[in-house]
Amino acid sequence: MNVPASDTMIPVTSKKDWTSDQEVRWCPGCGDYGILLAVQMLMPELGVAPENTVFVSGIGCSSRFPYYMNTYGMHSIHGRAPAIATGIAVARPDLDVWVITGDGDALSIGGNHLIHALRRNVNLTILLFNNRIYGLTKGQYSPTSEEGKVTKSTPMGSIDHPFNPLAVALGAEASFVARTHDLDRKHMMNVFRAAHAHRGASFVEILQNCNVFNDGAFDDVTGRQAREEMMIDLKPGEPIRFGVDGHSGVVMGSDGQLRIVQVADVGVDALLVHDPSRADPGLAFALARLSHDDHSPTPFGIFRDVDRGDYGQMVGAQLAAASEKKGPGDLTSLLRSNGTWIVGS
Amino acid sequence: MVVRFAGDSGDGMQLTGDRFTSASALFGNDLSTFPDYPAEIRAPAGTVNGVSSFQVHISDHDITTPGDEPDVLIAMNPAALQADLHRLGQHGLLIVNSDAFEARDLEKAGYATNPLLDESLSQYRVVEIPMTSLTQKATEPLGVKSRDAERSKNFFALGLVSWLYSRPTEPTVAWVESRFKDLVKESNLAAFRAGYNFGETSELFDHPYQVKPATLPAGEYTNISGNVALAWGLVAAGQLAKLPVFLGSYPITPASDILHELSKHKHFGVRTVQAEDEIAAAGMALGAAFAGHLGVTTTSGPGLALKSETLSLAVSLELPFLLVDIQRGGPSTGLPTKTEAADLNIAMYGRHAEAPLPIVAAYSPGNCFDAAIEAARIALKYRTPVILLSDGYLANGSEPWLLPDAASLPDISVPFATETNHVADDGTKEFWPYQRDPETLARPWAIPGTPGLMHRVGGIEKEDGTGNISYDPANHSTMVHLRAAKIAGIADDIPLATVVGDADAEVCLLGWGSTWAAIDAAVQRTRREGTKVAWIHLTHLNPLPRNLGDLLRTFPHILVPELNLGQLCRIVRAEYLVDAKPVTKVQGLPFSAAELESAIKEVLS
Repeated sequence: MNVPASDTMIPVTSKKDWTSDQEVRWCPGCGDYGILLAVQMLMPELGVAPENTVFVSGIGCSSRFPYYMNTYGMHSIHGRAPAIATGIAVARPDLDVWVITGDGDALSIGGNHLIHALRRNVNLTILLFNNRIYGLTKGQYSPTSEEGKVTKSTPMGSIDHPFNPLAVALGAEASFVARTHDLDRKHMMNVFRAAHAHRGASFVEILQNCNVFNDGAFDDVTGRQAREEMMIDLKPGEPIRFGVDGHSGVVMGSDGQLRIVQVADVGVDALLVHDPSRADPGLAFALARLSHDDHSPTPFGIFRDVDRGDYGQMVGAQLAAASEKKGPGDLTSLLRSNGTWIVGS
Repeated sequence: MVVRFAGDSGDGMQLTGDRFTSASALFGNDLSTFPDYPAEIRAPAGTVNGVSSFQVHISDHDITTPGDEPDVLIAMNPAALQADLHRLGQHGLLIVNSDAFEARDLEKAGYATNPLLDESLSQYRVVEIPMTSLTQKATEPLGVKSRDAERSKNFFALGLVSWLYSRPTEPTVAWVESRFKDLVKESNLAAFRAGYNFGETSELFDHPYQVKPATLPAGEYTNISGNVALAWGLVAAGQLAKLPVFLGSYPITPASDILHELSKHKHFGVRTVQAEDEIAAAGMALGAAFAGHLGVTTTSGPGLALKSETLSLAVSLELPFLLVDIQRGGPSTGLPTKTEAADLNIAMYGRHAEAPLPIVAAYSPGNCFDAAIEAARIALKYRTPVILLSDGYLANGSEPWLLPDAASLPDISVPFATETNHVADDGTKEFWPYQRDPETLARPWAIPGTPGLMHRVGGIEKEDGTGNISYDPANHSTMVHLRAAKIAGIADDIPLATVVGDADAEVCLLGWGSTWAAIDAAVQRTRREGTKVAWIHLTHLNPLPRNLGDLLRTFPHILVPELNLGQLCRIVRAEYLVDAKPVTKVQGLPFSAAELESAIKEVLS
């Protein structure tokens, strides 16, 4: 994703260069602040220039994000950011294009655009802030809200089955899929760095706390007390294990299902070794579905990271091939291309 | 219009042509027929000598079609193609039975390679239909053996062409019922219906653009359809603007051909993306515009409805953006293959809140080229979305088109912003994305990659000048008025309306879009008969030409012919308080000159 537009000089920037002069207007205590800080702190490390960076968002609390970045940015239409960003990235493969979206924006009204941007593998870094609630419209259930959730629009509890964002992305065969959370800046920065380095569409789910309308939604997993036993840190090339001293691990059963076991019962060699570069997304999908709620061990990190052609580059390659074959377009030749005749005076 | 059926002498082509003729006669068309039997009745099947053809010349008696070359050729096998292709006019519609193009068939017909696979047919509009196998499938439930079913495939072709030219099916059905018996009857009827239904469900269509001027001015001509002219106009607009063209599009009848045509011209730097839906197609084009391309999206009515939110954002972002609407009969799916011009209301008003935008309308197939350049010019200069209206009649109709001199086409390029444009109180140089050009009221177009001009745009109301988010009541009022004034001001940058015919006439026709051809014929005819009549044809529907109100007020009677229920008519009544009267037609067909002629006579009587 990081092709410097003009020269080989690596831009030297500081966090200040990436921070706009606009007042940040999220609710005090919102998880979005931590994500913004992680991105602003990461950008100078990436060696890219603010003028070659575009942040595109849809509508929702998280979608205010572009206003706070001193880059090019567009706060667009509810759900449409992946489509608009596709236009930017295909027109200009030289740019770094980030998409900032939320669970309602990306998975409800914009679900179609999300899966197609992932399917095409457009060179976008998509950060999905998942707080499992509609915040901007003040507290309706979202497509990631759990069944039974009581909100203003579901007084008797939600009967909608929720989306698992990573499973959706993997179903669309996204080439880079990861999960992080708003309480761990270092983890976020590591995941965002890898997402940015990936050529093609990168999809990152960020578990994000909405302290006004869905406070503590992820406490049982990402809370400081819970983390060690509930967060499964995925490390490429290593057996998947977690808990104090790694007492628990993940194995694949003979039925193909992934299960959590005590390492002492099965031995380390029986554990699944994490490999995000696996071509088939099946195992990553199974990992994404390991946790069915916010109260059980949940994998974090990079689920999938495979090479697949970048859409914008492929579009450009066809243009180059056509020019190679036919020469640069000539309008006069085009106008005569279907045969002409002369009418005398 | 001339339709030629060609197949093997055993394929029943004479029968097919004869039935089509009868149906056409019942439809009230003038027609002449030209059966063309093989010289050798028993020539070997599948050879060129064994080809049997039947040509039908149908014409609406109002219209003269030049020459007798077929506009449509139905070739049931390679031999028929070999024998009759040379007769088909340029851009003619070629319908082939693709089942009959196996190696053996090709060899018998003398083809070294399959013409459907190389580029030898590129100057025609080729539709490949597996008629034999579709006929077999249609007759299978009746218990017809596939060998016998093949004999009914001429009825499949007949059904298809009957759909294509809106011929009534009843006389053919009645005739088949009287002529054949039992299984053969049922088989022929099933094939006939299958062909007819195939035309409908595959949205196959052809709108011959029938009016051709008697004498053409000197020059170099090509035959061009509206959709191809429009696509070439977009290619030209990109060249003239010195910008890459980006098309985001979703397949929809009758606009898809523009996507197809533009996809061929990648060597002009044209990027085309077939999006996941109409909304995404518009979004991608707008994103490309933000990134510095000429962003275009093409669609028809239902797609325009879906793109409404993107148009509204484009109005708010004030970015150049071109939406092409090839109108068709509606509402909803309506008549996808039939023409109508009833999207003027949605083009004018189909957005939430105060969201005016310029509207340009093409009036002939060739004019689609100029209209595309003009629409792009306005979009780029004023940083605004523009809607370009064409319709199914123009899109698929074709006419001889005098080639423009590429060197004399206008330069429509606009500069990107490269420098800051404001100095803050403390002396800091700043970039204000909504600092306007005092003359055009356009804001600067600063594209990503430009150092020092990083800025954010969005759908939330912006502060005048800085572009920062603003909820200030007075500022919102200022911005709504500025956006409106920018569009209204374009009236100073478009041609004044001109009167064709008699300026002292009692009646003036006010037209727009594809009614041009019929109005032209009606005005000429009325004047030849000694009645004075005036005509104004609009190419810009928003804003309207500055002088239009004054011109209209000089005529005692104003008639507005439209393929809708009077949409432009209501606009001019509201704008100018003139007593304009609508002349309407919503049959999925263009006006005939006679219809307009009688409307003129009626108002004068």
